[in-house]
Parts: sequence; C-alpha cells; structure tokens
Amino acid sequence: MENVNLKINGISVSAPAGSTILEAARIAGVKIPTLCFLKEINEIGACRMCVVEVKGARNLVAACVHPVNEGMEVQTNTPKLLESRKRTLELILSDHERKCLSCVRSGNCELQELCKELGVADEDYFAGERNHYEPDTSAPHMIRDNNKCILCRRCSAVCEKVQTVGVIGPNNRGFATAIGSPFEMGLGDTSCVACGQCIAACPTGALYEKDNTDDVLAAIADPEKHVVVQPAPAVRAALGEEFGYPMGTDVEGKMAAALRRIGFDKVFDTNFSADLTIMEEAHEFLDRVKNGGVLPLMTSCSPGWVKYCEHYYPDQIAHLSSCKSPQQMFGAIAKTYYAQKMGIDPKNIVCVSVMPCTAKKFELTREDEDAAGVPDVDISITTRELARLIRKLGIDFCSLPEEGFDDPLGESTGAGVIFGATGGVMEAALRTAVETLTGEELASVEFTEVRGTAGIKEATYHVAGMDIHVAVASGLSNAKIIMDRIRSGESQYHFVEIMCCPGGCVNGGGQPQVHGNVRNFTDVRAIRAKVLYDNDAAKTLRKSHENPSIRRLYEEFLGEPGSEKAHHLLHTTYVERSVNEI
Amino acid sequence: MSEKKQTVPFSGTKEQEQALREVIAGHKDEPGALMPVLQKAQEIYGYLPIEVQKMISDQMGIPMEKIYGVATFYSQFNLNPKGRYRISVCLGTACYVKGSGDIYNALMEKLGIVGGECTPDGKFSLDACRCVGACGLAPVMMINDEVYGRLTVDDIDDILAKYE
Repeated sequence: MENVNLKINGISVSAPAGSTILEAARIAGVKIPTLCFLKEINEIGACRMCVVEVKGARNLVAACVHPVNEGMEVQTNTPKLLESRKRTLELILSDHERKCLSCVRSGNCELQELCKELGVADEDYFAGERNHYEPDTSAPHMIRDNNKCILCRRCSAVCEKVQTVGVIGPNNRGFATAIGSPFEMGLGDTSCVACGQCIAACPTGALYEKDNTDDVLAAIADPEKHVVVQPAPAVRAALGEEFGYPMGTDVEGKMAAALRRIGFDKVFDTNFSADLTIMEEAHEFLDRVKNGGVLPLMTSCSPGWVKYCEHYYPDQIAHLSSCKSPQQMFGAIAKTYYAQKMGIDPKNIVCVSVMPCTAKKFELTREDEDAAGVPDVDISITTRELARLIRKLGIDFCSLPEEGFDDPLGESTGAGVIFGATGGVMEAALRTAVETLTGEELASVEFTEVRGTAGIKEATYHVAGMDIHVAVASGLSNAKIIMDRIRSGESQYHFVEIMCCPGGCVNGGGQPQVHGNVRNFTDVRAIRAKVLYDNDAAKTLRKSHENPSIRRLYEEFLGEPGSEKAHHLLHTTYVERSVNEI
Repeated sequence: MSEKKQTVPFSGTKEQEQALREVIAGHKDEPGALMPVLQKAQEIYGYLPIEVQKMISDQMGIPMEKIYGVATFYSQFNLNPKGRYRISVCLGTACYVKGSGDIYNALMEKLGIVGGECTPDGKFSLDACRCVGACGLAPVMMINDEVYGRLTVDDIDDILAKYE
C-alpha cells in the first residue's frame, strides 16, 4: 500500500494511506490518549479524548477515526487540546459515581488513569444532576453497575460485533441514555452467554464478575472441609500481568506456590483433566466416525460457546461432545476417585477452580454436573480474583519460589496446557486420535495448521486411509459462520473446535484486563498463547494418553475411555434454549 | 426504567401479524432496514410492544436490544398504546411557569401511570407536549381534541370524571 507523508508535532512521519492519525502518531512515537476506541471493535470517535488539531480543519478532530492525508500537519498537545481533554473528563465525572476507594477497578481504571495523567484537579467542576441506577445482579456471573458507566459503548460493541449476541446496548437518549437489555430486563433473563468479554472491554468498574474470593477463604477456614484447587491452563499465561510481569510471562511455578500459601489442602491442575477430556473426547470422536454417529463432533470445553449453541443453534446440540469440560471433569474425579483414594466423604471436599473465564461460574450450576451426587465444582474464581486473593493475603508473588503441583491430579502433558489457546484442544485431540487410529507413533506432534490467532482455521489430515476435515473457530462471530455452514449441510467437517472468546481462553473474560491503549497496539492473544505453546514444547510428555496419572486413573478406576463408568462420571447433557424469550 | 414498562396487555391480531410479515419480507437483506420496518410496524399496531419487537428480531435476525435501543432513542416510537382518551399536558415554558408540572405529576398519581404509558384498561394515556399555542390559557392540557386551560390541580378530578 502507498504511504502518505505528514507531520505530527513537527515530526515527519510516513504512514500507510488509510491509516488513522492515531496509528500514524504511534509510528512517530507520539502517544494520543484514547478511551472509547477499541480497534476494529468500537471505532466511533465518541469520547473526544483523542482530539487533535489539524492545520486547516475547522474543529478538533478525533485521531482514532480521522484518516491521514498527504501533507497533513497535526498537533497533539497544544494548550487548547489539553484543556479540551481535561474538560471532557470533568464532564464524564459529573455523572460518574466516584466511589473510587471501594471500586474493583481502583488502580486499574482507565478513567482514573486519564484523570491523573491529564491533571483533572476538581472532580466537581461540573456539579449537577446525576443519574442513579440499581446495579443489575441478575446474571449468575457478573454485575453491571451503571453508576460507574461512562457510556463508551465498548461492552455493547464487543457483545454485538465480536460475539454476535447483542444482549446489551444503549437505551433511551441524551442524559437518560443507559446501557441495558431490551425492555430493561435483567441480563440474567436474556440469552447472555456469560463470556465476560464485556468486562474485559470495560474501562471502568461498571462491569465486574461476581466475586467469590470470600467463599474460598471461608471454605479454607472450615476445618471440616478438604479444599482442593485447580487452575486452568490459560491462568498461568496471564496471572503475572497482575503483578507487574511483562505480558507473555509463564508464572506456572509461582502460581502453584501462591495457591499453596493461600491455604488449599491440595494444589492440583486443570491440565490434568484437560488430558482426561482428550481421552474421552478422542474416543467419542473415533466412535462417532466408526459407528456413524453425528458429525461433525464439536468440542464442549467452553461453557460460553455451549450456552451460545443452546440458545442460537438448539437444533444442532447433537453435534456437541457429551464430554464435560475439564473444569467439571476435574471436580467429578476429585469427588469420586480421589475421595475414595483418600477416604474423604465427597460432601466434605470443596473443589475450587481458577479460570480465565466468567462463564465457568455459570457452568458449575448446570444440571447433570454432579458425579458424586454433590456439585462437581463448588466455587469458580477468575484469574483476576486469584490476584485479588493473593494481594489480600499479603503474599509477595514476585518473590515466591517456583513450585510444582500435587499428585495424583496435578500431573499433565503438553497436550493439556495448550487447551488455553484457540486450536489447542483440536491439536491435543489429534495427537491422541491419530495415534489411536494408526497405531503408530506420530513423527511430529505439532499440528501447526490449527495454531495461530485467525478466527477460523481449517485443515485436512490424511489418517489411516481417510481424510479428516477439521475446523477451529474462536469468537462467537466466527462460530456463527461455522454453525451456519453445518446447519445448511454444506460443511464437510468431521471435528470442530469452538472457543467462545476470540483467541481462546488466554483472552478469556476472566483474564487480567488490558487497557485499550495497550490492547489496540498489542496482539494479546498471540503473546499469551506463546506461553502455552512454549510450555508444551518444553515437556517430555506431550500426548494425553501418555500421562502416567491418567493411565493409572483408567487402570484403577474408570476402565476404558468411554466406559459406562466414564460415561456416568465424565459426560453430560445439554438443553435447548431460546432467544428473546418473553 | 419504569417509564418504559408496559401496562396494557398485547392484543395483536393474525391480520396485523401477516401485515408485519409482509413488511419485513419487503425489506429482506436490505441494510439499514430497521427504521422503515419499525415505522411500518407502528403504523400497523399503533405502538411497538415487546411482542412486536420480538417478531421483528426473530424474522430480521437483529438482536432485540438493538431494536429496543432504536425504539427508545427516537421519540416517534411508542412502547405503549395510546388510550381512548389521550391526555397531553403542555410543559412548554409558559405553562410550566404557571404550574403545569404539578398538573402532570397529579395526573400520573391519579392514573397510576407515568408519562408515555396507558392505563391497563386502555382508557387514558398520558404524555407531555410542548406548546399547543394557547399560552394565554396556561397551564393547558388537551384530552383528545378538547383543550382545558387555566388549570389547577383541584380541577383534575372533575375533568377526568367527564370521561367515565
């Protein structure tokens, strides 16, 4: 593409034609503050934080959406601009509940950060009428507090464009404008899939998960309870960001050490049950292929995706794998196999999960997720909540030693850890399914065709005389494309992996929030995913069926993958839901 | 927001539904078709209750929140039907300084509805309006085409009684 030449603050810059002033400024090393802008998601130029002066232009222009032209002269930091940005912030503050000390985002709030950087001195500069809202607590996983909302529309843009769910949006007009659901129904009454991408997009404390950290501490303090914990693969790829580590740092060892210091009786690993999921899911896939079952088989690890399928494609739920998710499989095994081994009544085991996900809070409440007659998983907290717990207990995360996980539910292979990135479940399943089909060892365990952050990936593998067509999608707008192909009958797929969040769990709705001004210029998904692929590559055992603890579990307890016992404990059922239920 | 709640049960007919289907079919796969469809739907039903928005959402594949957001943004759209007797209280400058705000509040209290709503029996609907051109009579309200001027709160009961 051709470049155009312009000057920003007197610095000559050459930027591709079609770039915005914001992008060109980035090339010149000039930072322009943004607030409502999320690249490719919310490009509405509404908040006026990124205003700049363009020579010859009548008004200040929004750098986030204004394209560059040849010979353009841009100023980004004149007194007029600094004053304008400050006034804009003061206007936002005039209808913002400024309970910053008790706010979940205090210290990590984009509005707070801008007020500090741009020198807002008086939050009451525009004192006047205020809106007052009741927080919406109707959803199982999150709260929306419109008193903290600044109407940037990042949440509703993500919900509608990225996830194609669109259950929240701006209602009414002018001063009465508020983000909500149709006919002011609670979020819990809509077809919200609980993905939490709105929380990840929110610049303030208006959206946050329901906090279960006190439930965790209460369980640990109860001498009757044996409390076990399982962190998901993607947690170790992002938890470090909460403690100042650069994005892309693997903090697996410190995370295990922190969990032990929090006081869990056993520190296990969801990677273990990810391996178990592969054993069951690969078996289910081969069974469906051999016995004419419903194809393509679709993965069921992602509870946001499962709920989406139930709401929007209820006629297609037979495609979903009956396998429980790794979170739920872990709980099922902890409360049966492990309980028996340890001689503990499953009623006295509290299973806590740490997830990059808010939908896991919903998943643990589903029907048919109670292998031992009690809920498989009792409490699910997000990566952010774990960081909160670590801080609350005064654990100095950065100086912790690297520790390992406990036996027998802490051992895992490289196949388990890549579950956290889009394509990872597919690759892990292929490693096991292909070896099972051919009876031969794979020359290379890396199925690179299904790696990467593209929204949709397709590949065909020639295995044991047959072509296996696979597809991988992440983000529900991509899932929708795949599902429409399947529904219309045009797809040739045998096996489909779908993750609700774009990029998979590493970019889940429960992960540390990444500020807009970082996320717009950083490939968060790729950087975090690399942690998992590096973790996998460093492992000796990289195939789920080679996990010694998994082998022992089958020998001692489950029998074969797909056995009656495995089916009873590790598989579940789905329900048909609807959209726009009145 | 309580002012948007629906108070009158939906009583759409099969003929109305068929007419709406035809409108939507006429705009199939047309970008930006929501506004004309909503305008036609309001012509057919007189207002845009949840039942109508659901039909539009299901048939056009547009999230209901998007439709509701548009319907609550533009003042031309009503979420509630109009009553047999449409009360409009002028909140224009002259009427307002003469106390029409009190009249409006008293009507809301007596009818048990807020502005924009209709009583559950479908009899009265209440709206605020801007200047009916009778400032000399301020404060003013209209019920259908009848104008009532120089109102006090004490007049309201007698006026409403005429419509029993």
